[in-house]
Amino acid sequence: MRFSLANVLRQGFSGQTGWPLQWRKAEPARSYDVVVVGGGGHGLATAYYLARNHLVRRVAVLEKGPIGLGNTGRNTTICRSNYLRPESIALYDHALRLWHGLSEELDYNVMFSPRGVLMLAHTRHEAEVLERHVHADRLAGVDNEWLSPAQAKAFCPPLEIRSLRFPVLGAALQRRGGTARHDAVAWAYARAASARGVDVCEGCEVTGIRVAGGRLVGLETRKGPIATETAVLVAAGHSSVLAKMAGFELPIVSYPLQALVSEPLKPCFPCVAMSGTIHAYVSQSDKGELVIGAGTDRYPSYGQKGSAPVIEDAVEAIAELFPIFRRVRMLRQWAGIVDVTPDRSPILGESPVRGLWLNCGWGTGGFKATPGSGHLTAWSLAHGKPHPLLVPFGLERFSTGRLVDEAAAAAVEH
Amino acid sequence: MLEIPCPWCGPRAEVEFACGGESGPPRPADPGSLDDAAWTAWLWNRTNRKGPHVETWWHQAGCGRWFLLARDTSDDRVLASWPIGATPPPLPEEGA
Ligand SMILES: Cc1cc2nc3c(=O)[nH]c(=O)nc-3n(C[C@H](O)[C@H](O)[C@H](O)COP(=O)(O)OP(=O)(O)OC[C@H]3O[C@@H](n4cnc5c(N)ncnc54)[C@H](O)[C@@H]3O)c2cc1C
Ligand SMILES: [Zn+2]
Repeated sequence: MRFSLANVLRQGFSGQTGWPLQWRKAEPARSYDVVVVGGGGHGLATAYYLARNHLVRRVAVLEKGPIGLGNTGRNTTICRSNYLRPESIALYDHALRLWHGLSEELDYNVMFSPRGVLMLAHTRHEAEVLERHVHADRLAGVDNEWLSPAQAKAFCPPLEIRSLRFPVLGAALQRRGGTARHDAVAWAYARAASARGVDVCEGCEVTGIRVAGGRLVGLETRKGPIATETAVLVAAGHSSVLAKMAGFELPIVSYPLQALVSEPLKPCFPCVAMSGTIHAYVSQSDKGELVIGAGTDRYPSYGQKGSAPVIEDAVEAIAELFPIFRRVRMLRQWAGIVDVTPDRSPILGESPVRGLWLNCGWGTGGFKATPGSGHLTAWSLAHGKPHPLLVPFGLERFSTGRLVDEAAAAAVEH
Repeated sequence: MLEIPCPWCGPRAEVEFACGGESGPPRPADPGSLDDAAWTAWLWNRTNRKGPHVETWWHQAGCGRWFLLARDTSDDRVLASWPIGATPPPLPEEGA
Protein backbone atom coordinates (compact mmCIF):
# COMPACT_ATOMS: atom_id res chain seq x y z
CA MET A 1 0.00 0.00 0.00
CA ARG A 2 1.43 3.37 -1.01
CA PHE A 3 1.88 6.22 1.45
CA SER A 4 -0.43 8.41 -0.61
CA LEU A 5 -2.43 11.31 0.84
CA ALA A 6 -5.64 9.29 0.44
CA ASN A 7 -4.21 6.27 2.26
CA VAL A 8 -2.71 8.37 5.04
CA LEU A 9 -6.08 10.09 5.60
CA ARG A 10 -8.02 6.82 5.44
CA GLN A 11 -5.69 5.17 7.96
CA GLY A 12 -5.79 8.25 10.14
CA PHE A 13 -9.57 7.94 10.46
CA SER A 14 -9.45 4.17 11.10
CA GLY A 15 -6.88 4.16 13.89
CA GLN A 16 -3.86 3.21 11.71
CA THR A 17 -4.96 -0.44 11.88
CA GLY A 18 -5.18 -1.17 8.16
CA TRP A 19 -1.52 -0.92 7.12
CA PRO A 20 -0.20 -4.24 5.79
CA LEU A 21 3.22 -5.70 6.66
CA GLN A 22 5.83 -3.56 4.95
CA TRP A 23 7.56 -6.55 3.36
CA ARG A 24 6.67 -10.22 2.92
CA LYS A 25 8.26 -12.72 5.31
CA ALA A 26 9.68 -14.96 2.60
CA GLU A 27 11.05 -18.49 2.91
CA PRO A 28 13.86 -19.28 0.47
CA ALA A 29 13.10 -21.22 -2.73
CA ARG A 30 15.48 -23.96 -3.88
CA SER A 31 17.08 -21.90 -6.64
CA TYR A 32 17.48 -18.28 -7.72
CA ASP A 33 18.89 -16.25 -10.60
CA VAL A 34 20.74 -13.98 -8.15
CA VAL A 35 21.29 -14.37 -4.42
CA VAL A 36 22.36 -11.44 -2.26
CA VAL A 37 24.09 -12.55 0.95
CA GLY A 38 23.53 -9.98 3.70
CA GLY A 39 20.38 -7.96 4.41
CA GLY A 40 21.94 -4.62 5.28
CA GLY A 41 21.27 -1.48 3.27
CA HIS A 42 23.75 -2.37 0.53
CA GLY A 43 22.35 -5.88 0.03
CA LEU A 44 18.71 -4.75 0.05
CA ALA A 45 19.46 -1.87 -2.33
CA THR A 46 21.26 -4.25 -4.68
CA ALA A 47 18.22 -6.54 -4.74
CA TYR A 48 15.85 -3.61 -5.27
CA TYR A 49 17.74 -2.24 -8.28
CA LEU A 50 18.12 -5.76 -9.75
CA ALA A 51 14.34 -6.08 -9.76
CA ARG A 52 13.51 -2.45 -10.55
CA ASN A 53 16.13 -1.51 -13.19
CA HIS A 54 17.17 -4.83 -14.66
CA LEU A 55 13.96 -6.84 -14.29
CA VAL A 56 15.80 -9.84 -12.86
CA ARG A 57 12.96 -12.03 -11.68
CA ARG A 58 14.16 -14.57 -9.16
CA VAL A 59 16.20 -12.65 -6.57
CA ALA A 60 16.68 -13.44 -2.88
CA VAL A 61 18.30 -11.58 -0.01
CA LEU A 62 19.56 -13.99 2.67
CA GLU A 63 20.06 -12.37 6.07
CA LYS A 64 21.24 -14.33 9.08
CA GLY A 65 19.27 -12.22 11.60
CA PRO A 66 16.57 -9.59 11.05
CA ILE A 67 17.39 -7.11 8.27
CA GLY A 68 19.20 -3.89 9.01
CA LEU A 69 20.68 -4.81 12.40
CA GLY A 70 24.25 -4.89 11.12
CA ASN A 71 26.18 -1.71 10.45
CA THR A 72 23.21 -0.27 8.58
CA GLY A 73 21.33 0.02 11.88
CA ARG A 74 24.41 0.98 13.91
CA ASN A 75 25.99 3.84 12.03
CA THR A 76 25.94 7.59 12.58
CA THR A 77 24.34 8.21 9.15
CA ILE A 78 26.70 10.84 7.75
CA CYS A 79 26.30 11.25 3.98
CA ARG A 80 28.83 13.23 1.92
CA SER A 81 30.93 12.87 -1.21
CA ASN A 82 33.94 15.14 -0.54
CA TYR A 83 36.59 12.47 -1.04
CA LEU A 84 40.05 12.97 -2.56
CA ARG A 85 40.54 10.71 -5.60
CA PRO A 86 38.49 11.21 -8.77
CA GLU A 87 37.36 7.56 -8.68
CA SER A 88 35.99 7.91 -5.16
CA ILE A 89 34.44 11.32 -5.76
CA ALA A 90 32.54 9.86 -8.72
CA LEU A 91 31.40 6.83 -6.72
CA TYR A 92 30.26 8.69 -3.60
CA ASP A 93 28.70 11.55 -5.53
CA HIS A 94 26.68 9.10 -7.60
CA ALA A 95 25.24 7.92 -4.26
CA LEU A 96 24.73 11.45 -2.93
CA ARG A 97 22.71 12.36 -6.02
CA LEU A 98 20.50 9.31 -5.47
CA TRP A 99 19.98 10.27 -1.79
CA HIS A 100 18.46 13.56 -2.89
CA GLY A 101 15.46 11.82 -4.53
CA LEU A 102 15.34 8.61 -2.54
CA SER A 103 12.23 9.15 -0.40
CA GLU A 104 10.16 9.83 -3.53
CA GLU A 105 11.71 6.92 -5.44
CA LEU A 106 11.00 4.43 -2.65
CA ASP A 107 7.74 6.01 -1.42
CA TYR A 108 9.19 5.94 2.09
CA ASN A 109 10.51 8.79 4.19
CA VAL A 110 14.21 8.07 4.68
CA MET A 111 14.51 11.48 6.37
CA PHE A 112 17.45 12.56 4.25
CA SER A 113 18.54 15.90 5.64
CA PRO A 114 21.26 17.77 3.70
CA ARG A 115 22.20 20.03 6.61
CA GLY A 116 25.88 20.36 5.71
CA VAL A 117 28.95 18.40 6.83
CA LEU A 118 31.69 20.46 8.46
CA MET A 119 35.16 18.87 8.72
CA LEU A 120 37.41 20.68 11.19
CA ALA A 121 41.15 21.25 10.94
CA HIS A 122 43.14 21.60 14.18
CA THR A 123 46.69 21.51 12.80
CA ARG A 124 48.50 23.07 9.85
CA HIS A 125 48.88 19.63 8.33
CA GLU A 126 45.18 18.91 8.59
CA ALA A 127 44.25 22.31 7.17
CA GLU A 128 46.42 21.64 4.12
CA VAL A 129 44.98 18.15 3.63
CA LEU A 130 41.41 19.43 3.85
CA GLU A 131 42.14 22.34 1.49
CA ARG A 132 43.54 19.84 -0.96
CA HIS A 133 40.26 17.95 -0.72
CA VAL A 134 38.32 21.15 -1.38
CA HIS A 135 40.31 21.78 -4.56
CA ALA A 136 40.12 18.15 -5.74
CA ASP A 137 36.37 18.12 -5.24
CA ARG A 138 35.81 21.42 -7.01
CA LEU A 139 37.90 20.26 -9.96
CA ALA A 140 35.63 17.22 -10.13
CA GLY A 141 32.54 19.45 -10.04
CA VAL A 142 31.54 18.50 -6.50
CA ASP A 143 30.76 21.16 -3.89
CA ASN A 144 33.16 21.61 -1.00
CA GLU A 145 34.28 24.94 0.39
CA TRP A 146 36.94 26.19 2.77
CA LEU A 147 35.77 28.22 5.77
CA SER A 148 37.81 30.45 8.07
CA PRO A 149 37.43 29.78 11.82
CA ALA A 150 34.96 32.68 12.10
CA GLN A 151 32.92 31.36 9.16
CA ALA A 152 32.91 27.89 10.72
CA LYS A 153 31.65 29.39 13.98
CA ALA A 154 28.93 31.28 12.13
CA PHE A 155 27.82 28.07 10.41
CA CYS A 156 27.94 26.04 13.64
CA PRO A 157 27.49 28.39 16.63
CA PRO A 158 28.08 25.78 19.39
CA LEU A 159 31.64 25.27 18.08
CA GLU A 160 34.47 26.59 20.28
CA ILE A 161 37.16 27.80 17.87
CA ARG A 162 39.69 28.97 20.48
CA SER A 163 40.00 25.76 22.48
CA LEU A 164 43.57 25.39 23.79
CA ARG A 165 43.78 21.68 23.02
CA PHE A 166 41.99 21.67 19.68
CA PRO A 167 42.02 25.18 18.17
CA VAL A 168 40.04 25.38 14.91
CA LEU A 169 42.25 26.62 12.06
CA GLY A 170 39.54 26.29 9.43
CA ALA A 171 37.00 23.83 8.13
CA ALA A 172 35.84 22.19 4.91
CA LEU A 173 32.09 22.36 4.36
CA GLN A 174 30.03 20.24 2.00
CA ARG A 175 26.57 21.80 2.04
CA ARG A 176 24.90 18.96 0.08
CA GLY A 177 26.01 16.43 2.71
CA GLY A 178 23.96 15.53 5.77
CA THR A 179 22.25 12.63 7.48
CA ALA A 180 19.45 10.12 6.85
CA ARG A 181 17.44 7.75 9.02
CA HIS A 182 19.40 4.48 8.85
CA ASP A 183 16.61 2.04 9.81
CA ALA A 184 14.24 3.66 7.36
CA VAL A 185 16.74 3.05 4.57
CA ALA A 186 16.83 -0.69 5.25
CA TRP A 187 13.04 -0.88 5.65
CA ALA A 188 12.38 1.22 2.54
CA TYR A 189 14.59 -0.91 0.31
CA ALA A 190 13.20 -4.15 1.79
CA ARG A 191 9.64 -2.94 1.20
CA ALA A 192 10.30 -1.75 -2.33
CA ALA A 193 12.28 -4.88 -3.25
CA SER A 194 9.66 -7.19 -1.77
CA ALA A 195 6.92 -5.37 -3.70
CA ARG A 196 8.83 -6.18 -6.90
CA GLY A 197 9.01 -9.89 -6.07
CA VAL A 198 12.34 -10.15 -4.24
CA ASP A 199 12.36 -12.76 -1.45
CA VAL A 200 13.74 -11.10 1.68
CA CYS A 201 14.62 -14.13 3.83
CA GLU A 202 15.44 -13.32 7.44
CA GLY A 203 16.96 -15.83 9.85
CA CYS A 204 18.68 -17.50 6.90
CA GLU A 205 22.41 -17.59 7.59
CA VAL A 206 24.72 -18.71 4.79
CA THR A 207 26.95 -21.48 6.18
CA GLY A 208 28.73 -22.72 3.06
CA ILE A 209 29.51 -21.75 -0.52
CA ARG A 210 29.60 -24.49 -3.16
CA VAL A 211 32.16 -24.05 -5.92
CA ALA A 212 32.79 -26.46 -8.81
CA GLY A 213 35.56 -25.95 -11.35
CA GLY A 214 36.18 -22.40 -10.14
CA ARG A 215 32.50 -21.46 -10.59
CA LEU A 216 29.79 -20.77 -8.06
CA VAL A 217 27.11 -23.46 -8.03
CA GLY A 218 25.19 -22.84 -4.83
CA LEU A 219 24.98 -21.88 -1.19
CA GLU A 220 24.38 -23.81 2.01
CA THR A 221 22.08 -22.05 4.44
CA ARG A 222 20.39 -22.67 7.78
CA LYS A 223 17.24 -23.20 5.73
CA GLY A 224 18.73 -25.72 3.32
CA PRO A 225 20.80 -25.60 0.12
CA ILE A 226 20.08 -23.06 -2.62
CA ALA A 227 21.26 -23.46 -6.21
CA THR A 228 22.49 -20.31 -7.93
CA GLU A 229 25.18 -19.33 -10.42
CA THR A 230 25.30 -15.68 -9.36
CA ALA A 231 25.63 -14.35 -5.83
CA VAL A 232 27.08 -11.29 -4.18
CA LEU A 233 28.58 -11.17 -0.69
CA VAL A 234 27.44 -8.01 1.10
CA ALA A 235 28.32 -8.95 4.65
CA ALA A 236 30.43 -5.98 5.87
CA GLY A 237 32.46 -7.10 8.93
CA HIS A 238 31.83 -10.78 8.16
CA SER A 239 33.13 -10.68 4.58
CA SER A 240 36.33 -12.59 5.42
CA VAL A 241 34.29 -15.33 7.10
CA LEU A 242 32.22 -15.79 3.93
CA ALA A 243 35.24 -15.54 1.61
CA LYS A 244 36.83 -18.37 3.57
CA MET A 245 33.78 -20.55 2.83
CA ALA A 246 34.50 -19.99 -0.87
CA GLY A 247 38.20 -20.75 -0.42
CA PHE A 248 39.92 -17.35 -0.66
CA GLU A 249 41.20 -14.60 1.61
CA LEU A 250 40.59 -10.86 1.44
CA PRO A 251 42.71 -7.80 2.26
CA ILE A 252 40.29 -6.91 5.04
CA VAL A 253 40.57 -6.55 8.80
CA SER A 254 37.42 -6.38 10.96
CA TYR A 255 37.38 -3.79 13.74
CA PRO A 256 34.70 -2.61 16.15
CA LEU A 257 33.55 0.96 15.53
CA GLN A 258 31.56 2.65 18.26
CA ALA A 259 28.90 5.29 18.61
CA LEU A 260 26.75 6.67 21.39
CA VAL A 261 23.70 8.88 21.83
CA SER A 262 22.75 11.38 24.50
CA GLU A 263 19.46 12.14 26.18
CA PRO A 264 17.22 14.14 23.79
CA LEU A 265 17.75 17.92 23.72
CA LYS A 266 15.88 20.80 22.10
CA PRO A 267 17.21 21.49 18.58
CA CYS A 268 20.60 23.10 19.19
CA PHE A 269 23.05 21.67 16.66
CA PRO A 270 22.58 22.69 13.02
CA CYS A 271 24.94 20.45 11.05
CA VAL A 272 27.27 17.47 11.15
CA ALA A 273 30.68 18.34 12.61
CA MET A 274 33.61 15.99 12.41
CA SER A 275 37.25 16.11 13.33
CA GLY A 276 39.91 13.76 11.98
CA THR A 277 42.62 14.54 14.51
CA ILE A 278 40.54 13.59 17.46
CA HIS A 279 38.40 10.87 15.91
CA ALA A 280 35.09 12.30 16.98
CA TYR A 281 32.04 13.58 15.22
CA VAL A 282 28.58 14.72 16.21
CA SER A 283 25.16 15.58 14.84
CA GLN A 284 21.69 15.89 16.37
CA SER A 285 18.96 13.47 15.38
CA ASP A 286 15.39 14.56 14.71
CA LYS A 287 14.49 13.01 18.08
CA GLY A 288 16.93 15.47 19.67
CA GLU A 289 19.64 13.03 20.69
CA LEU A 290 23.24 13.93 20.04
CA VAL A 291 24.68 11.17 17.86
CA ILE A 292 28.39 10.86 18.59
CA GLY A 293 30.85 8.63 16.80
CA ALA A 294 34.33 7.53 17.85
CA GLY A 295 37.36 6.02 16.13
CA THR A 296 37.83 2.30 15.52
CA ASP A 297 39.04 0.13 18.37
CA ARG A 298 42.77 -0.53 18.45
CA TYR A 299 42.63 -4.27 17.79
CA PRO A 300 40.65 -6.45 15.36
CA SER A 301 37.52 -8.06 16.75
CA TYR A 302 34.12 -9.47 15.91
CA GLY A 303 32.79 -8.77 19.42
CA GLN A 304 30.13 -6.09 18.97
CA LYS A 305 30.98 -4.40 22.28
CA GLY A 306 33.73 -1.88 21.80
CA SER A 307 36.52 -0.75 24.06
CA ALA A 308 35.73 1.89 26.71
CA PRO A 309 38.91 4.04 26.37
CA VAL A 310 38.04 4.77 22.73
CA ILE A 311 34.64 6.18 23.70
CA GLU A 312 36.24 8.23 26.47
CA ASP A 313 38.63 9.86 24.01
CA ALA A 314 35.79 10.79 21.67
CA VAL A 315 33.61 12.24 24.42
CA GLU A 316 36.49 14.26 25.91
CA ALA A 317 37.14 15.82 22.53
CA ILE A 318 33.46 16.61 21.94
CA ALA A 319 33.23 18.29 25.36
CA GLU A 320 36.31 20.37 24.52
CA LEU A 321 35.05 21.48 21.10
CA PHE A 322 31.41 21.98 22.10
CA PRO A 323 31.40 23.24 25.70
CA ILE A 324 27.58 23.45 25.73
CA PHE A 325 27.50 19.62 25.75
CA ARG A 326 29.66 19.18 28.85
CA ARG A 327 26.78 18.30 31.15
CA VAL A 328 24.71 16.26 28.73
CA ARG A 329 24.11 12.67 29.84
CA MET A 330 24.71 9.77 27.50
CA LEU A 331 22.03 7.13 27.05
CA ARG A 332 23.40 4.23 25.03
CA GLN A 333 26.65 3.05 23.48
CA TRP A 334 27.15 0.29 20.89
CA ALA A 335 29.58 -1.03 18.29
CA GLY A 336 29.39 -2.42 14.79
CA ILE A 337 32.02 -4.54 13.06
CA VAL A 338 33.54 -2.67 10.13
CA ASP A 339 35.53 -4.21 7.26
CA VAL A 340 38.64 -2.08 6.80
CA THR A 341 40.79 -2.29 3.64
CA PRO A 342 44.42 -1.13 3.30
CA ASP A 343 43.47 1.90 1.15
CA ARG A 344 40.15 2.61 2.93
CA SER A 345 38.25 2.11 -0.32
CA PRO A 346 35.60 -0.57 -0.88
CA ILE A 347 36.09 -3.81 -2.84
CA LEU A 348 33.50 -4.06 -5.61
CA GLY A 349 33.60 -6.59 -8.42
CA GLU A 350 33.94 -10.28 -9.13
CA SER A 351 35.80 -12.51 -6.68
CA PRO A 352 38.33 -15.21 -7.64
CA VAL A 353 35.30 -17.56 -7.91
CA ARG A 354 33.36 -17.04 -11.18
CA GLY A 355 29.81 -15.89 -10.51
CA LEU A 356 30.56 -14.85 -6.95
CA TRP A 357 30.75 -11.07 -6.53
CA LEU A 358 31.98 -8.84 -3.74
CA ASN A 359 30.52 -5.69 -2.26
CA CYS A 360 32.54 -5.13 0.90
CA GLY A 361 35.38 -3.18 2.44
CA TRP A 362 33.24 -0.10 3.06
CA GLY A 363 34.81 0.00 6.50
CA THR A 364 33.88 2.98 8.59
CA GLY A 365 32.09 4.93 5.88
CA GLY A 366 29.71 2.95 3.69
CA PHE A 367 26.29 4.12 4.81
CA LYS A 368 26.56 7.22 2.64
CA ALA A 369 27.14 4.99 -0.38
CA THR A 370 24.12 2.73 0.15
CA PRO A 371 21.94 3.80 -2.82
CA GLY A 372 24.88 4.13 -5.23
CA SER A 373 26.47 0.88 -4.15
CA GLY A 374 23.24 -1.04 -4.66
CA HIS A 375 22.50 0.70 -7.95
CA LEU A 376 25.93 0.01 -9.48
CA THR A 377 26.28 -3.50 -8.05
CA ALA A 378 22.91 -4.44 -9.54
CA TRP A 379 24.09 -3.10 -12.92
CA SER A 380 27.28 -5.16 -12.65
CA LEU A 381 25.44 -8.38 -11.77
CA ALA A 382 22.91 -7.87 -14.55
CA HIS A 383 25.61 -7.22 -17.16
CA GLY A 384 28.14 -9.76 -15.89
CA LYS A 385 30.86 -7.09 -15.76
CA PRO A 386 31.64 -4.25 -13.36
CA HIS A 387 29.92 -0.92 -14.00
CA PRO A 388 32.48 1.62 -15.34
CA LEU A 389 32.34 3.56 -12.04
CA LEU A 390 33.24 0.37 -10.13
CA VAL A 391 36.15 -0.75 -12.32
CA PRO A 392 38.80 1.02 -10.16
CA PHE A 393 37.50 -0.75 -7.05
CA GLY A 394 38.08 -4.37 -8.11
CA LEU A 395 40.07 -6.82 -5.99
CA GLU A 396 42.77 -6.79 -8.73
CA ARG A 397 43.96 -3.39 -7.53
CA PHE A 398 45.90 -5.09 -4.76
CA SER A 399 48.02 -6.97 -7.34
CA THR A 400 48.35 -4.14 -9.84
CA GLY A 401 49.15 -1.60 -7.13
CA ARG A 402 46.50 0.86 -8.37
CA LEU A 403 45.14 1.51 -4.89
CA VAL A 404 42.50 4.20 -4.34
CA ASP A 405 44.04 5.75 -1.26
CA GLU A 406 41.41 7.47 0.85
CA ALA A 407 43.17 7.10 4.18
CA ALA A 408 43.01 10.85 4.72
CA ALA A 409 39.38 11.26 3.65
CA ALA A 410 38.32 8.32 5.80
CA ALA A 411 40.72 8.84 8.68
CA VAL A 412 37.78 9.96 10.71
CA GLU A 413 35.53 6.97 11.13
CA HIS A 414 32.19 7.84 9.59
CA MET B 1 39.02 -2.44 28.94
CA LEU B 2 41.02 -5.58 28.22
CA GLU B 3 43.72 -6.81 30.55
CA ILE B 4 46.70 -7.77 28.43
CA PRO B 5 49.25 -10.19 29.91
CA CYS B 6 52.71 -8.92 28.92
CA PRO B 7 55.08 -11.93 29.16
CA TRP B 8 57.55 -9.69 31.03
CA CYS B 9 55.40 -7.30 33.06
CA GLY B 10 52.31 -9.38 33.79
CA PRO B 11 48.69 -8.26 33.35
CA ARG B 12 48.37 -4.56 32.45
CA ALA B 13 45.63 -2.29 31.11
CA GLU B 14 44.90 -2.27 27.38
CA VAL B 15 45.76 1.44 27.05
CA GLU B 16 49.47 0.70 27.72
CA PHE B 17 49.69 -1.36 24.53
CA ALA B 18 49.52 -1.04 20.77
CA CYS B 19 48.25 -3.96 18.71
CA GLY B 20 50.41 -4.74 15.68
CA GLY B 21 47.74 -6.87 14.04
CA GLU B 22 47.60 -10.44 12.85
CA SER B 23 50.86 -12.35 13.08
CA GLY B 24 51.22 -13.67 9.54
CA PRO B 25 53.73 -15.93 7.81
CA PRO B 26 57.32 -14.57 7.65
CA ARG B 27 58.33 -12.26 4.80
CA PRO B 28 59.28 -14.40 1.77
CA ALA B 29 63.06 -14.70 1.57
CA ASP B 30 63.15 -13.79 -2.13
CA PRO B 31 60.12 -11.63 -3.03
CA GLY B 32 61.40 -11.22 -6.62
CA SER B 33 60.85 -14.92 -7.27
CA LEU B 34 57.17 -14.79 -6.35
CA ASP B 35 54.40 -14.25 -8.90
CA ASP B 36 51.97 -11.36 -8.40
CA ALA B 37 49.32 -13.57 -6.82
CA ALA B 38 51.65 -15.00 -4.19
CA TRP B 39 53.14 -11.58 -3.38
CA THR B 40 49.69 -9.96 -3.15
CA ALA B 41 48.53 -12.74 -0.84
CA TRP B 42 51.48 -12.23 1.49
CA LEU B 43 51.41 -8.44 1.38
CA TRP B 44 47.68 -7.71 1.68
CA ASN B 45 45.56 -10.75 2.51
CA ARG B 46 44.70 -11.61 6.10
CA THR B 47 42.89 -14.60 7.57
CA ASN B 48 40.96 -12.02 9.68
CA ARG B 49 39.78 -15.03 11.62
CA LYS B 50 36.67 -15.05 13.77
CA GLY B 51 37.93 -17.19 16.62
CA PRO B 52 41.43 -17.87 17.99
CA HIS B 53 43.71 -15.25 16.43
CA VAL B 54 47.46 -14.86 16.94
CA GLU B 55 48.63 -11.25 16.88
CA THR B 56 51.64 -9.09 17.71
CA TRP B 57 51.41 -6.58 20.55
CA TRP B 58 53.79 -3.87 21.70
CA HIS B 59 54.00 -2.87 25.35
CA GLN B 60 54.42 0.71 24.29
CA ALA B 61 53.94 2.44 27.65
CA GLY B 62 55.66 -0.35 29.61
CA CYS B 63 58.73 -2.46 28.89
CA GLY B 64 58.66 -1.50 25.19
CA ARG B 65 58.88 -5.10 23.99
CA TRP B 66 56.93 -6.85 21.22
CA PHE B 67 55.34 -10.22 21.96
CA LEU B 68 52.71 -12.61 20.64
CA LEU B 69 49.21 -12.92 22.00
CA ALA B 70 46.38 -15.31 21.17
CA ARG B 71 42.89 -13.86 21.52
CA ASP B 72 39.48 -15.11 20.51
CA THR B 73 38.21 -12.38 18.19
CA SER B 74 34.60 -13.49 18.61
CA ASP B 75 34.50 -12.46 22.28
CA ASP B 76 37.93 -10.82 22.93
CA ARG B 77 38.92 -13.48 25.49
CA VAL B 78 42.73 -13.53 25.82
CA LEU B 79 43.97 -17.13 25.48
CA ALA B 80 47.75 -16.88 25.97
CA SER B 81 50.79 -14.69 25.43
CA TRP B 82 54.42 -15.61 24.87
CA PRO B 83 57.71 -13.98 23.89
CA ILE B 84 58.62 -13.83 20.21
CA GLY B 85 60.68 -16.91 19.38
CA ALA B 86 59.28 -19.01 22.26
CA THR B 87 57.14 -22.07 21.54
CA PRO B 88 53.45 -21.06 21.59
CA PRO B 89 51.24 -22.88 24.09
CA PRO B 90 48.59 -25.21 22.61
CA LEU B 91 45.61 -23.19 21.34
CA PRO B 92 42.00 -24.25 20.84
CA GLU B 93 40.97 -25.15 17.30
CA GLU B 94 39.07 -22.56 15.32
CA GLY B 95 35.34 -22.73 16.00
CA ALA B 96 35.93 -24.48 19.32
C1 LIG C 1 29.34 3.00 14.77
C2 LIG C 1 29.37 3.14 13.27
C3 LIG C 1 29.25 4.40 12.71
C4 LIG C 1 29.26 4.54 11.32
N1 LIG C 1 29.06 5.79 10.81
C5 LIG C 1 28.94 5.96 9.48
C6 LIG C 1 28.61 7.23 8.93
O1 LIG C 1 28.37 8.19 9.67
N2 LIG C 1 28.54 7.37 7.58
C7 LIG C 1 28.79 6.32 6.74
O2 LIG C 1 28.75 6.51 5.54
N3 LIG C 1 29.08 5.07 7.22
C8 LIG C 1 29.16 4.87 8.58
N4 LIG C 1 29.46 3.62 9.08
C9 LIG C 1 29.73 2.52 8.16
C10 LIG C 1 28.43 1.93 7.61
O3 LIG C 1 27.57 1.62 8.68
C11 LIG C 1 28.68 0.68 6.80
O4 LIG C 1 29.72 0.86 5.87
C12 LIG C 1 27.42 0.27 6.00
O5 LIG C 1 26.27 0.40 6.79
C13 LIG C 1 27.57 -1.13 5.50
O6 LIG C 1 26.32 -1.57 5.02
P1 LIG C 1 26.15 -3.09 4.59
O7 LIG C 1 24.76 -3.22 4.13
O8 LIG C 1 27.25 -3.45 3.68
O9 LIG C 1 26.46 -3.87 5.95
P2 LIG C 1 25.53 -4.36 7.14
O10 LIG C 1 24.42 -3.42 7.41
O11 LIG C 1 26.44 -4.70 8.28
O12 LIG C 1 24.88 -5.66 6.54
C14 LIG C 1 25.57 -6.89 6.43
C15 LIG C 1 24.60 -7.96 6.81
O13 LIG C 1 25.16 -9.24 6.50
C16 LIG C 1 24.64 -10.14 7.43
N5 LIG C 1 25.46 -11.36 7.42
C17 LIG C 1 26.72 -11.53 7.87
N6 LIG C 1 27.11 -12.81 7.72
C18 LIG C 1 26.08 -13.45 7.12
C19 LIG C 1 25.88 -14.81 6.70
N7 LIG C 1 26.82 -15.75 6.85
N8 LIG C 1 24.68 -15.13 6.12
C20 LIG C 1 23.70 -14.19 5.98
N9 LIG C 1 23.85 -12.92 6.37
C21 LIG C 1 25.03 -12.55 6.93
C22 LIG C 1 24.68 -9.38 8.75
O14 LIG C 1 23.81 -9.92 9.70
C23 LIG C 1 24.28 -7.97 8.29
O15 LIG C 1 22.91 -7.69 8.48
C24 LIG C 1 29.45 3.43 10.48
C25 LIG C 1 29.58 2.16 11.04
C26 LIG C 1 29.51 2.00 12.43
C27 LIG C 1 29.62 0.63 13.00
ZN1 LIG D 1 55.87 -5.31 29.28
